[in-house]
Amino acid sequence: MKRSLLWIPLALFALLIVVAAFALRHPADPTIRSRLVGKPMPEFALGPSQPNHPGLGTADLRQGRPRLVNVFASWCIPCRIEAPALAELKRRGVPIDAVAIRDRPEDVATFLRENGDPFDRIGDDPHTKVQFALGSSGVPETFLVDGRGIIRLQHIGEIRPEEVDEIYRAWSAAR
Amino acid sequence: MKARRATFVRPERSRRAHLERPGSAPRLRSARTSLVALALAASPLAAQPTLPSSPYAYTQLPDARQEAEAKALMETLRCLVCQGQSIADSNADMAGDMRALVRERIKAGEKPEDIRRWLIERYGEWVSYKPPVEPLTWPLWGAPVILLALGLFLARGRFRRRRRG
Repeated sequence: MKRSLLWIPLALFALLIVVAAFALRHPADPTIRSRLVGKPMPEFALGPSQPNHPGLGTADLRQGRPRLVNVFASWCIPCRIEAPALAELKRRGVPIDAVAIRDRPEDVATFLRENGDPFDRIGDDPHTKVQFALGSSGVPETFLVDGRGIIRLQHIGEIRPEEVDEIYRAWSAAR
Repeated sequence: MKARRATFVRPERSRRAHLERPGSAPRLRSARTSLVALALAASPLAAQPTLPSSPYAYTQLPDARQEAEAKALMETLRCLVCQGQSIADSNADMAGDMRALVRERIKAGEKPEDIRRWLIERYGEWVSYKPPVEPLTWPLWGAPVILLALGLFLARGRFRRRRRG
């Protein structure tokens, strides 16, 4: 055997170290994006979560005006954090609907009382069905749906104050 | 697996509570979120009742053949919030809801591969533990064959030399 061949294992080991070091510096992004962005909103019709808000269905989301659909839950802490951002969007004239995930109506009522209620419609999704149909994998997530019912944007995680402008611009562009 | 992965996630990427209730698992990832969680945990607010799980999350289908079909599919679908487990193995609420979705659709007569396709349309190939055979995954499918062939070749060389010596 050639002596130079003896170095191959060491070279392979060095390569392994380089790969590991690279992977440690660039961890895989665990965010799962919905593949439905750019496609029509899936068909669904959810009953109301609250007596003072109608439920939410696909037909409500193609009325000619872009809307936000906020996927939230009363048990979700980042949903509380994003409440002021949603209130600000509402103040600027952005219509917002919501889907309450795995939630009790009375808990949702408490959540809205404590954090403000920017929603026009709130659909009740007790078994996560509509969330799956949307390709959403957590709360909060916010979808921008244009007037023809096409999903234009998926925002994953809470909307931070500095992200309000970006979302408002996307909403204006969808008009 | 679940808890371990959580510690590796960088805070700026961990901006949401997945479908786990506060206190149900050590999934709180960023310092900010944990502080808020602590503050909330101190008040009775955090004592939120859990919604009962979906009817078929923990209940098998009455038809054994259908249940076997559903189980086989569940073992090859990835849990969206734990990411290292199949939905058959995970205790996450969301995995339970996915199991219910699979069982209900199988019960309604849907084919397992159609359910898989429905999920892939929404979450990408990522959600399936059964990679398709396509140019991108050829190395994946080819590697075991190539490695086995290489191993046989090396072993053959060694045996031959030994016989001679």
